[in-house]
Amino acid sequence: MSASLEKGVRVLKEVIDAPIASYFSSCVHCGLCAEACLFYTETGDPKYTPIHKLEPMRRLYEQEYTLLGRLKKMVGLSKPVTDAELGEWQELVYNSCTLCGRCSAVCPVGNDIVYMVRKFREGMSASGNAPDGIKGAANRTITIGSPMGVKLPAVKAQMKHVEEDYGIPIPLDAEGAEYMVMLSSMEIINFPEYLGAIAKIMKQAGKTWTLCSTAFEATNAGMQIGNADLARVIVSRIVEGAEKLKVKTVISPECGHAYTALRWEGANLVGRPFTFEVKHIIEVLGEFQEQGLLKTEGFETDRLTFHDPCQLARRGGVIEPQRKLMKMVAQNFVEMPDAGYMNWCCGGGGGASAIEEGEELRLEAFKVKKSQLDAVRPDRLVTACANCRIVLEEGLEHYQMDIPVIGLTEMIAEHIPDQTKSEGA
Amino acid sequence: MNEMQFLTWVRGDGLDYAVGIFLLGVIWRLIEIYSLGRKKDISASRSVAGASGWHTIFRRSLPPEGMVKKSPVSYIGGYTFHIGLFIVVFLFAPHIMLFQSLFGLSWPALPSQFIDLAAVVTMAAMVVVLVDRINKPVKRYLSTFGDWFTWTVTFLPVLTGWMAVQHLLLPYTTMLALHILSVEILLVVLPFTKLFHAFTLFGSRWYNGTVNGHKGVAV
Repeated sequence: MSASLEKGVRVLKEVIDAPIASYFSSCVHCGLCAEACLFYTETGDPKYTPIHKLEPMRRLYEQEYTLLGRLKKMVGLSKPVTDAELGEWQELVYNSCTLCGRCSAVCPVGNDIVYMVRKFREGMSASGNAPDGIKGAANRTITIGSPMGVKLPAVKAQMKHVEEDYGIPIPLDAEGAEYMVMLSSMEIINFPEYLGAIAKIMKQAGKTWTLCSTAFEATNAGMQIGNADLARVIVSRIVEGAEKLKVKTVISPECGHAYTALRWEGANLVGRPFTFEVKHIIEVLGEFQEQGLLKTEGFETDRLTFHDPCQLARRGGVIEPQRKLMKMVAQNFVEMPDAGYMNWCCGGGGGASAIEEGEELRLEAFKVKKSQLDAVRPDRLVTACANCRIVLEEGLEHYQMDIPVIGLTEMIAEHIPDQTKSEGA
Repeated sequence: MNEMQFLTWVRGDGLDYAVGIFLLGVIWRLIEIYSLGRKKDISASRSVAGASGWHTIFRRSLPPEGMVKKSPVSYIGGYTFHIGLFIVVFLFAPHIMLFQSLFGLSWPALPSQFIDLAAVVTMAAMVVVLVDRINKPVKRYLSTFGDWFTWTVTFLPVLTGWMAVQHLLLPYTTMLALHILSVEILLVVLPFTKLFHAFTLFGSRWYNGTVNGHKGVAV
């Protein structure tokens, strides 16, 4: 069905639930959410105040679901939501919101503002007001299989390279494996080290694992754009793959939104609980570390700091494992101000990095990351999200900061001795 | 109507109407909001200690780290006038007598000099947050008629109550009647304005805390 204002309004009316009604009824316009949002703090422009980004949805809520609002609508005192207005709001709902969730963490009346932005995007997308950049990524994921247009042959080619480089076979479609490993396009194209790292780690831990030929892409642009139908199609591929291969656990790659899409939204999208567990690779590494299955040697000696991906930490509850892993291989690990639960977003989450016209704003917002980094002056920056990594690299280059960015999984893998005694080796 | 008749009305019919509209309004609004319901979350939960809706209801009364520094007037002014309002509304001897006559419950009062001071501090804090609303770009940008209106209907009962006790400007009877009338206006508008956060903030914090508790995030 084609997008239209009518459809958008209908979808918005459907997604407005008791939490949203409670949140709108609780807001006292204190503006504290602005202080938590990097797009406001770095620009000083009040239009980026998180709660303001929801204004059209708030009016619709009032007009449709409150007695006074309905009365006002009846006598013609309320301003209807228009297509032009939603078009104008695109910048606020997508370009200047990474769904990072800092606003939801500070709101004194407890409003989960990001929950509302996520729902508002459903209406924006249905009314045809989503940005072309994310639309394209979503469409490519549906038709080709990945947001960056990566197909299975590219994955196979990378598997071959990794097998040659590391001398470890990469299993594909191995039924009954314990773990099914997902990738993000970014890793397939830009960071092939990730797959090699997984192979080394799994070999040392003595765990069975596999890639899946029908479900290798973990990222979900359908969720980012706010289209539950597309998001469901993308998640369903993974569910079908995992069930076909009868794996116990699906590992979300170093990608924040892939994790949220699969771990928290996935079962709700497909409408039934999963028959397998979903874990972020950092959680899996944390478990291996605890169980003594992860043994490293040597240390990084330069000054390292860790950037917490929002969806992993604040929105995902994984905060301590990455720190224990860092300490396992880094002698000089320093924390940035606000690190952990209240870490500042890289500026490119929630699909924002796919929006070309949002780049200038993104780089402006990156100033907050710059000041966090300036406070500790690390030699290298470690993270656990391929999208953060790309956005961080762009920001660092723009501000001429010479700080290489690396993934935690590959850094851990580099410290695994090559001649590991694994089962049957 | 002379001032005695005015006082009698606000104490009699006026109060009945106001309390009636307030109670029906609160019930109506609570049903209007919470009957919308929400979908059950069927993703596997990850429980950790200290993360739940109830935790968040309490925790959000405290400022998150670093936030007081970012917006001191909001926090210090906000705490001051909320606590001040609580003191003057619930710990002033004549108010407690009213509650006793209405609900049969009473509790110890604070000395009236202390209530005087609390009223003055409350009004001062309210003026400060109003000035902040006018001066701060974000607050000014967010402000609508409702924000100025609700500030006024909250401020007037404190002002008229204090002036009645101090015998300022108007005869005591008239000022007392105006005080009661201003409280009645506050009661009538509370369910239909942002003042309703006094009720919904518990639900909002609970929802936020529950969603995050499901993910094992203590917020």
